[in-house]
Formats: sequence, structure tokens, C-alpha cells
Amino acid sequence: MYAIEINELSKAYRIGLREEIPDTLFGAVQSLAAAPWRNWQRLRRLNTFGKADNESDTLWALERVTAQIEPGEVVGIIGRNGAGKSTLLKVLSRITEPTSGRALIRGRVSSLLEVGTGFHPELTGRENVYMNGTILGMTRREIKQKFDAIVEFSGVDRFLDTPVKRYSSGMKVRLAFAVAAHLEPEILIIDEVLAVGDAAFQQKCLGKMRDVSGSGRTVLFVSHNTGAVTSLCRRGILLDHGKIVADGPVRPVIAEYLSRLATNKLDVVTDPRLPVQIQNVACLDAEFGPAAQIAFGESLVIAVTCSGEMGHKFSIGIRVVNLQGIVVYDLLSSDEVPLIELTKDSTVWHAVLPEIGLNEGPHYVSVLLRDEFGVRRTIAENCAQFSVVSPHTGAIRSKGCVRLKAEWFRDGD
Amino acid sequence: MSVLIEDLESAVDLHATERANASSLPPTASTEMVVIEPKSRWMVIDFRELWQYRDLLWFLTWRGIKVLYAQSAIGVGWAVIQPLFAMFVYTIVFGKFAGIQSDGLPYAIFAYAALVPWTYFSNAVVEGTNSLVTNAQMITKVYFPRMILPLSATFAKLVDFTIALALLLVLMAWFGIAPTPRLIFLPLLIVIMVMTVAGIGMWFTALAIQYRDVKHGMTFAVQLLMYAAPVVYPSSLVPESIRVVYMLNPMAGVIDGFRAAFLGQPAMPWQAIAIGSVSATLILLSGAAYFRSREKIFADVA
Repeated sequence: MYAIEINELSKAYRIGLREEIPDTLFGAVQSLAAAPWRNWQRLRRLNTFGKADNESDTLWALERVTAQIEPGEVVGIIGRNGAGKSTLLKVLSRITEPTSGRALIRGRVSSLLEVGTGFHPELTGRENVYMNGTILGMTRREIKQKFDAIVEFSGVDRFLDTPVKRYSSGMKVRLAFAVAAHLEPEILIIDEVLAVGDAAFQQKCLGKMRDVSGSGRTVLFVSHNTGAVTSLCRRGILLDHGKIVADGPVRPVIAEYLSRLATNKLDVVTDPRLPVQIQNVACLDAEFGPAAQIAFGESLVIAVTCSGEMGHKFSIGIRVVNLQGIVVYDLLSSDEVPLIELTKDSTVWHAVLPEIGLNEGPHYVSVLLRDEFGVRRTIAENCAQFSVVSPHTGAIRSKGCVRLKAEWFRDGD
Repeated sequence: MSVLIEDLESAVDLHATERANASSLPPTASTEMVVIEPKSRWMVIDFRELWQYRDLLWFLTWRGIKVLYAQSAIGVGWAVIQPLFAMFVYTIVFGKFAGIQSDGLPYAIFAYAALVPWTYFSNAVVEGTNSLVTNAQMITKVYFPRMILPLSATFAKLVDFTIALALLLVLMAWFGIAPTPRLIFLPLLIVIMVMTVAGIGMWFTALAIQYRDVKHGMTFAVQLLMYAAPVVYPSSLVPESIRVVYMLNPMAGVIDGFRAAFLGQPAMPWQAIAIGSVSATLILLSGAAYFRSREKIFADVA
């Protein structure tokens, strides 16, 4: 008996119809007159269950997804933005209905697609605990029993009778997570809830999640945080364009995910308000020649080509992630040098990473451009890749993400 | 050396402990089973599920009441201000200027007895229509029977209604009018009223989540609808020829029933109540059926 059986599950969305912009006055008047009709058509088509399903404006967010999950399994669902992860969770949590296919869930389910659903700013902390708890499917009696534990976990006991609108955002999140953490479902479905709160609170959440995943519950966990997925899950499912492309032990699946990301061409999330762009990112060796492989202890140069408006000040961030999804370096140019300014249309900036102390294996580079306040940012995720090779072949692989040359000596020598 | 590292590996390996934990636990005792598939079955109201979520219905209703008058000085006083001021204005405009007859009662009490159910109707219908849009965030993040949202809006407004009703008794004492024994039919009238409001709320909130025009139109529509019910005039003014059509509006029977039960005038409108309860039932059932048939798209269009 599986806890979750997903069979050929599909979900289609209609994407917006392209509107034609009129270029004559007559056309403008005509389109204005036709606007209510066109709007109505568009609203009507928000409905995903039209007659013709093979139209060009249909997007298959999930396409014939099939998987079986055993009771007690902790499964991480990964994939890039728009791969269908959230849609899968929404279908499994019964928020939205599949277009076709079917899924069977055996056991009491709780889904956490967000913390603090139903929180109302005018209600007090105590009232919101009850409100949020019932929305998540707890009964009043259950909440009453766990109330003290929830309050203790959240650490906001002094403000219980204060309206939540007077809380800091951190307190709100802590209270909300505390409620969620005390759900006792047999099957737990979680989406990126860890993306909230400060670092210390995230650690606490991860700890709680680890408890949950160790307690024999079935957990489906969606995250971009490959590090968290690796440490929490035994099994990974990789989605791409609505289809399952890898399913198995978590490490190989994450490796597959990262390598897919890296082989894709520059995938840049730009902020239109930032007048500089990333043109190219390359990994070079100490002699500035292209380098796909770097030997342990050698230097690596990351070359970032930027273009855009001259005179605009910004800084460059470089992040290096290893195969497990752990961030090993997170560098920002403004930590070492003044803000960067473009002096011609296209400028190459080099970051020299001396004597790379990383362990063997592929590493992925993400680049970020941000303005001096860090508000506007352009991100090219996993846009370059390099591999660290070990100088002494045949040695047993060690597990750390970094390595160093240690000195060994006997006491007294 | 190699032995040492293997030992280290198994000690460090997080998943080894996980596996041990998982295997020592009994298999999940599955009591509940959920089937997820495109809905084809036809079910108007899933009472079993609504019962399971009764605590949520209660808390949402309570939240609606609590939040409405949060941070307001007069608080629940607003529940009586609305019908009371409408009463003053209608007494002057319709009672004095237009000289509309009022079944031999003082026009003010005649109007107020109708304004108590009508104010509930108009506020609850608007609130019910907005219920899905207001809670769109919740709809897209968690599963619960969606019907709870228009229902809780319908119930939350009953608090205002009760307060306004209490003021009716005060006004009756002021005008020296004693309630009649027909007051025992009041629960029946309230049931018809609540059924109508819930049905209309379900119809229009299911539309409003996809077409926001409905939301704007509703406030305006209930203003006009007031003239399709005997609020500012007695139903005796309605021409005989269209009276049956007029009675299709469940609120016609309810409002006249309120006057009959509290003020003793006119006679208990049994014909209007009978027709009205049939149409109220139809409104409720069709509203629930329409709501259920649209339910699956709420999260997608919200």
C-alpha cells in the first residue's frame, strides 16, 4: 500500500491571449469599443477546462506525472521555476483540480504552501493561532491541547493578546510556523516554507523538519534550496516542463538537476530598472585561458562581461554551489573594491579566486549584478560550470565540500 | 586508513539514521483516503465534509464579526445606525413628502420593521458576493470546503441583524405597539431570509471570483432591488395583476411577515411566504449547485 499514488496526472493552464496594440486612431477607438467583449473572452478563458485542449495557448503545467510514494518516505521535489512543482503540490493538496489523471492519498494530509494562511492583522496572536490552526485542518480541541507548546515554540508569549498587526514580521512568521509545526498529519506536503525568517529561525525550522522527516511520516518537500533537500530527503523527484525527468536517490537527482541547469544557456532574471546586464560568464584558469577543469590548489578566474548604461554604479556578486547544492563561496565585489562603473558599453570584470580549496567534483557559478543599495538586481543562475580535479588520483574521496592541505606531525617532533 | 574513512562515512551519513528510524516505525495506519481526479460526480452540498470543517465555519464567522468592528469607537453601534438613519430619511421622504400610506401604522416603525430584515439582506448579500475575492489568498494556499466562505459571511451578519432587531422592540415600546402572538413564526421568516441570502451569495461569489464586475454591480443592484420589496411602501400598493410575480421575491413575504409578526399589520402574508419559501429553496439549491460546479476553478482564476 503506497501512501501516495500519482497516476498520469496532468494539469493544463490557459496562458493569456496576446493583445494587439492598435496603431491608428480608428483602430484605437475600435479596440476600445471591443474591449468589454475581449475582456470577457479573456476572463472566460481563465477557466482551464475548455473544449479544445490542444490549442497553442494551453500550457501543460503537469504532463502525465506518475509516481508512487511509500509510507514514511521523505521526498524532495526539485526543478527550476515553472517546472510544475507548485502545481503538483496544489493538485495533491486539492487546491486545484487536475485536468486529467488521478491521485490517491492514504492518510491524513496537511499541506503547507505558505505559513500563516488566514492570519488577520486585527486579531490577536491567540486568536490567530486558533484561526490558522482550523484552516490547516486542526479541530478546536486539538489546538487547545497543543496551545502551550505552540506558544513556547514561537517565543511570542508576551504578545499573545496583542493584535498581530503590531507584531514585527519576524514574530508573525515565528507564530505562524509554530502552528504549522504542531500539525500531526500522516502525510505532510510542504512548499518552500523555509524561505522565511532570519537565518537562526530557518535553522530552527530545518531542525523541526528533520524531526518530522525522522518520525516516520510521509513528507513531500518542494524547494529551491538544494542543500536542504539533500539533507532532509532520501529520494528526489526532478520535474522539468511538467514532466518527471528523474526519480531516485536524492544525490544523483540533484546532480542531474544542477547539470541540467548548467547546460542550459544563460538564463537571466533581469530587473528592467537596473540599466546593466550580464552578457557572458566564463571560468578561466590562472593564465586566463578557458578552463573546464581546475586542479585542487590552483587559482580560478571568473570573467563576467557586463554591458549597459555608462556611469551607472553597481557591484557584482558571485556564488559557487557544489553538486550537493551547498553554497561554498558567496562573494560580492563591493566587499573588496569600490562600486563598479561601466566606462564603455561592454566591460569584462575578472574575479580571481586564489588557490581553490574545493573538493573534487562539478561546481556551478551564479552571477548577480546589484545596484549600490542592493534593491535592483539581475541574476544569472548557474550560468557557468567548472570541475575540480584531484591532483593525486586513486585516493579515497573524502566527504567535505572544501578540503585543505593539513600538516600532520607527532607530538614532540 | 580506508576502514577509518568508511566508519566515518556511516557515522556522518544522515540518511543512515533516517533509515533506521523509518524501519522501526509501524506502517502508517491509513484511516482516511483522498481520491484526486477531475470531478464528474454531482453533489450539491457535501454535508459530511461541512460537518468535518464546522470549527472552521465557526472561526471564520467569528472572525468576520470581530474584525468588522475592530478599532472603531462606536463598534456594534454601527449595526443600528444604518437602519435607523435609513428610517429617518424614508420617513421624511416617503412618509411626509410623498405621503405613502403605511397600513395605518406610524411610518417610522412601519419602515424600521422592514429595514431590519432588508439591511441584513443587502449587507449579507454584498458580503457573501465578496467572500471569495476577499479570501482569494486562502483559496490558493489551502484546501477546505469553499462553501464555508459565503456561508460564514451569511452567518456573521446575523449578529448585526439581532442587534437591529432588539432596537425594533425598543422603538415599539416608544410607539406603544405590543408584539403579536404571531411572533412564533419569526424563526420561519429568518430561515427563509438566511436561505435566500446564502443562495444569492453562492451564486454571485462564484461569478465574482472570475468576473470582478459582479462585485461592483452587486452594491448597486441591491440598492435598486429594495424597490422590488415592500420596504418603503406597503405591498397592498402592488397591482393585483403582478402580485404573484412580486411574491417570487422571498424577501416580499419575509418583510410583510416581519410587520405582521411584530406590528400586527398587515395580516400574516401566508401566500407570499409559501411562494417565497419555494423560491428561496430553489435559489439556495441552484446557488449551491452552481457554486459546486465552479469550485474547481476558483484557485486557478482567483
